[in-house]
Amino acid sequence: MMQFFQRLGADTRTSFTKLGRATYFLLATLAGILSVLPRPRLLMNQLFSVGVLSFLIITISGLFVGMVLGLQGFYILSDFGAEESLGIMVAASLVRELGPVVTALLFAGRAGSALTAEIGLMKATEQLSGMEMMAIDPIRRIISPRFLAGFISMPLLAALFSAVGIIGGQLVGSGLLGVDDGSYWSQMQNQIDFYDDIINGIIKSVIFGFVTSWIALFEGYDAIPTSEGVSRATTRTVVNSAFSILILDFILTALMFGDK
Amino acid sequence: MQHTATQDTLVGLFVAAGIAGLFFLALQVSNLSSFGSEETYSVTASFESSGGLKVKSAVSAAGVKIGKVTAIRFDPKTYQSVVTMAIESQYATLPEDTTASIFTAGLLGEQYVNLEPGGSDDVLKNGSKIDITQSAIILEKVIGQFLFKSAEEKAQGDKKE
Repeated sequence: MMQFFQRLGADTRTSFTKLGRATYFLLATLAGILSVLPRPRLLMNQLFSVGVLSFLIITISGLFVGMVLGLQGFYILSDFGAEESLGIMVAASLVRELGPVVTALLFAGRAGSALTAEIGLMKATEQLSGMEMMAIDPIRRIISPRFLAGFISMPLLAALFSAVGIIGGQLVGSGLLGVDDGSYWSQMQNQIDFYDDIINGIIKSVIFGFVTSWIALFEGYDAIPTSEGVSRATTRTVVNSAFSILILDFILTALMFGDK
Repeated sequence: MQHTATQDTLVGLFVAAGIAGLFFLALQVSNLSSFGSEETYSVTASFESSGGLKVKSAVSAAGVKIGKVTAIRFDPKTYQSVVTMAIESQYATLPEDTTASIFTAGLLGEQYVNLEPGGSDDVLKNGSKIDITQSAIILEKVIGQFLFKSAEEKAQGDKKE
């Protein structure tokens, strides 16, 4: 019995110290962003590996998610003779939920895990300590540009995902299943509000980008510097990001769309 | 150096594509393009009942959308529903004796305000009130009346025999 309490206490202490380290790490990263700004080359390199290389997976997934929404929506709506509302259904689900959430999950899998592995390996091969020896702050030089790149890429990728998905829904809906093209767009434009739907979706994706980049970079930076430690850290990045994204999404949705 | 130039181009294309996606969402998907910074004037109308009318419901004349509902409130003195509408300024030629009615688009569709122009020479201005109104048709009431009426007719028929 005593052993159980001892374990519980130890676990609580470990998770709180980890949370404290993560917060300290975040503050240092945010402070480091200021020194990234005069060196845009660092940011450019990271925007390339975080953003550009995620471009393909995001657009292709977006296209197919939109096409599936078009198909499923058509089957359900045609039961009620409301196929004309397909546009609003596809657009609302993409812009409000699927765009930010699926993009963030893919982003965590594609870019987040790569960031963790990269930084974990840098730590394991003592490149980070080497930098410190040369009086270069690894947070400012390595972490902050990656964080900023993730933060910038996420909303752009989410907007692309939604846009491509809506086009995919239109391809299936009006190209394949014969929903009227005009009503697909006009119903959408009547019902989707710029501020309520699109801006809120973008706010979501900005928050997800922040959280995913933070988790990925911290797990890499905090990894046990062995090959096993790096592999565990990579797994933790994907799992923790997925959890945080889905839980945050519920909270944000309740806050944003609650009064309707 | 060639390598960084290609990288820059790709990053530039990526950012441009992302911003294009945002613009697409703003202009093609949402209602930002219609009624953006359009000048409007507001008129009010009192209805016995505004039914399922909502803020942002359409205001149309002859089937064309010319404005939207901006507020609906209950008047505690007259016990009526006061609907405020914003109408685009380019349609500032509606006569003063315009009739406002609440119609339903289709059998189960959204409700909207339909304006039917009258013959007066004076036009509606900002803050004017539409006097002639026709309330929303509430399906339950209509069905209730119909049932009551048919029951009454049946009773009269029975008496005659």
